[in-house]
Amino acid sequence: MPESWNLLHDLGTGLRDRANILAVACIDVPTWRSWTTWVTSVGFRGGAELLFNGVKKHHVTLPSQSEPWDMKQLLVWIQRNLLKERPELFVQGDSVRPGILVLINDADWELMGELDYQLQDQDNVVFISTLHGG
Amino acid sequence: MSCEVLACLQWLCSHPVPVSFRLCFKDFFIHKFKAVLGKNRIIFPGEKVLLAVSGGPSSCSMLRQVQEGLSQKANKKLRFVPGVAFIDEGAAIGQSVEERQRTVAELQAVFQATGFPFYILPLEQVLDLPASVVATNPSPSEQPASAYKAAVHHFVETDGSNFPRPQEPKKTLLPRVQESHTLMLQQLLGSVKTLTAREELLNTLRQHLLVHTARTEGYSKLMLGDSCTRLAVKLLTSISLGRGAQLAQDTGFSDSRYGDIILVRPMRDYSAKEVAYYNHLFTVPYVVIPSVDTKTVDKASIQRLTESFVTKLQTDFPSTVSTIYRLTSEKLQTACRKRSGADGCDRCLLCLCSLDTAVGE
Repeated sequence: MPESWNLLHDLGTGLRDRANILAVACIDVPTWRSWTTWVTSVGFRGGAELLFNGVKKHHVTLPSQSEPWDMKQLLVWIQRNLLKERPELFVQGDSVRPGILVLINDADWELMGELDYQLQDQDNVVFISTLHGG
Repeated sequence: MSCEVLACLQWLCSHPVPVSFRLCFKDFFIHKFKAVLGKNRIIFPGEKVLLAVSGGPSSCSMLRQVQEGLSQKANKKLRFVPGVAFIDEGAAIGQSVEERQRTVAELQAVFQATGFPFYILPLEQVLDLPASVVATNPSPSEQPASAYKAAVHHFVETDGSNFPRPQEPKKTLLPRVQESHTLMLQQLLGSVKTLTAREELLNTLRQHLLVHTARTEGYSKLMLGDSCTRLAVKLLTSISLGRGAQLAQDTGFSDSRYGDIILVRPMRDYSAKEVAYYNHLFTVPYVVIPSVDTKTVDKASIQRLTESFVTKLQTDFPSTVSTIYRLTSEKLQTACRKRSGADGCDRCLLCLCSLDTAVGE
């Protein structure tokens, strides 16, 4: 029926316009986020905590910056601010020492992009050493 | 089969961990444990099995698998009677009495929660062991393959009523250790010049104590928690240490060098990464206890160097560990069985394996 076709067409156009508005709003979100601080929880298990004074869980507030934090920057930050001794037992070059499993929100970081993964607010990162204990 | 499972895991991993993935992974993990025991048919129903738990992730994961397998609601329940043994090696790393007591108390809480009988053994007890611990006792006569099926059938028919019931855990007080014993042990370990030899000596002492405990408490099997990664490292280390002829016993699923006590390694199909992941997802409690090679540099001992080599290679070539494990240890198993029939062969006093000192054959 011609009338219902027109109605559907108008509805579709309206929805498309609304979607465009939403899309614009989404693009703006990252710039809004640069004003917020990044809160993540960082955990160390399996023996890795021995390098961090035995403290297993740290709630950290990362300083805000224009670009989102990625794992590479987080590792540098951890090395500077949390690591107490023997950096060579935790980091190797840009990445973690082989044998340390990294989980981001309970998923293996290899599936999230490893060092390139961009942190989101309230992310939970855990470093588990698989080298110790059997 | 394993490739499909891995692909499934990878696909599921690419999404935030949903409940379905956790259950899938849990089923896969538990199934592997039961499958390795069922395939080898070495633990008979109602048999007493001592679990050697070091407090580390792998052995605590093994403890959890046994708990899961024995629980009422388990599909195809495990049928043996477990006990737990923990060796307190605080003396070897110079821990104070208070530190040792704190660690033991933590682990005691974990063991009590399982409901299994447990034994806390200070390593100093190894100094008081009788000479019989370094003797191979006659093994029970070799059971034909049909005996396993018959035993399972009988167990199911009688609903397990004729078999020993799991014991109530005794209220074990932490055993007191004389300071002179601690000093003697430390002197013994201190007299060893290299870290490599010290680690080997500790392994030997640990095994003697576990076997002795199993014998005196009436256990016929001893379960060790070595993961696939650990065994791959152990395999290469053993070759470097001149133990090539004993590889099958050191790294195989079952080790019958002691005769009456069979050592079993049910965790040998799990990589260290899988174990760590499972422990994290399902909050398996474990206690990190430093050992003699904690925080040492790569070249401190052959064991540390091999571990570092294998782990680094594994990062770039993820099939390293499984290649070492599959191609070598399983083939060696077959070869060793043919030779073990020789009676009266000379055995090493410390490791009780047959001597392999014939030159130029």
